[in-house]
Amino acid sequence: MIPVAFDYVRATSADEAIAALAEHGDEAKLMAGGHSLLPMMKLRLAYPSVVVDIGRLDDLSYVNDAGDYLAIGALTKHRMIETSDLVKEHAPLLAHATGQVGDPQVRHRGTIGGSLVHADTAADHPSALLALGGSVMVKGPNGEREIAGTDLFAGFLESSLEPTEMVTEVRIPKHTGAGWSFQKFNRRAQDWAIVGASIQQVEGGARVALVNMHPTPTRSAAVEEAISGGGGAAAAEQAHVGMEPSSDLNASVEFRQHLARVLVGRGLNEAGI
Amino acid sequence: MEISVEVNGVTHSSDVEPRTLLVHYVREAVGLTGTNIGCDTSSCGACTLHVNGEAVKSCTMLAVQADGQSVTTIEGLAPSDDEMHPMQTAFMECHALQCGYCTPGMVMASVSLLDENPSPTEAEVREGLEGNLCRCTGYHNIVKAVLSASGGGK
Repeated sequence: MIPVAFDYVRATSADEAIAALAEHGDEAKLMAGGHSLLPMMKLRLAYPSVVVDIGRLDDLSYVNDAGDYLAIGALTKHRMIETSDLVKEHAPLLAHATGQVGDPQVRHRGTIGGSLVHADTAADHPSALLALGGSVMVKGPNGEREIAGTDLFAGFLESSLEPTEMVTEVRIPKHTGAGWSFQKFNRRAQDWAIVGASIQQVEGGARVALVNMHPTPTRSAAVEEAISGGGGAAAAEQAHVGMEPSSDLNASVEFRQHLARVLVGRGLNEAGI
Repeated sequence: MEISVEVNGVTHSSDVEPRTLLVHYVREAVGLTGTNIGCDTSSCGACTLHVNGEAVKSCTMLAVQADGQSVTTIEGLAPSDDEMHPMQTAFMECHALQCGYCTPGMVMASVSLLDENPSPTEAEVREGLEGNLCRCTGYHNIVKAVLSASGGGK
């Protein structure tokens, strides 16, 4: 399978990438590691006429301690995040979830920024971002702005970035020493989750985000409210509430609802909630 | 687009279409056909090779992304014509191949695995090779070979 022909532009800075987006508009797409975009281009589900390669912006590949949060460059590869001592100490949920993405080869190339803006409800990273209360910094022709994780996922495979914006940094508030769990149900090791859940203990309750249970990565308000109300692990019974999962080859709607309740239940137990 | 890629220690310059996949570049422009194409959807790992020393799936990378980088294929693994790489020897001794189609990718993924974790447990080997499928289902001997190459599992 070969993508539709395109023009290739290699950006040497974020500003250059943004300028290329501004010049080519909707016809252009940014490519970081290419592990979400390239498969879609090979299937011809995406056919940008200009690909702007940002994969060499090494100054956007880092994990830094920024005080009460971790600053992670958008171009940081999964492998670096899953093995980062800083991430393992202050956001172990993110380190673990990152280690569940694809397989080692995929994690050598894929980036956290690329994965998040791909906005796939079946992906592992978005749920971890939501459960950790994280945000992304984006840059465009008019400067920088911060988008909270809860505002990042606009629709099916659609982020809330403008066509001329790019993610530069992911910010993850520290959750040092707090309970957490990442649950993923799939049939083969390297597959996407049929259903998954990210759970992070916070003061007075927990954040619970579900994978592949809704057109967008989504927090479960019903479970979070039940936990705050003292519901404990029984809060998992609410995991299907408010979700509109799809039915596909892997699972029916009813099976997904069942999986959500079971996985959230296991996760709440593992996180000590 | 003009690109220059170091493949197995030799620099190759070629004019490629930007949409050329790295695996097609290696097989057709460089002429090294040891890297196989299996699923062509980044699932099976048959096309695994190393870019700057790390295992990647070359069906999910553009040749232009490898411009100026160092690529190692299965042909470049052995130190000389009459000496195999220790991982190749281990695969031979443990009978870690049946039809052989997944083998180049398995070997390249296994070498990368041991670079990152020189003394893995059996479970770590199985998990570390999650990106490579063997449709003969010969996994047991493949895992034995990797453990043997690591000096463990005896």
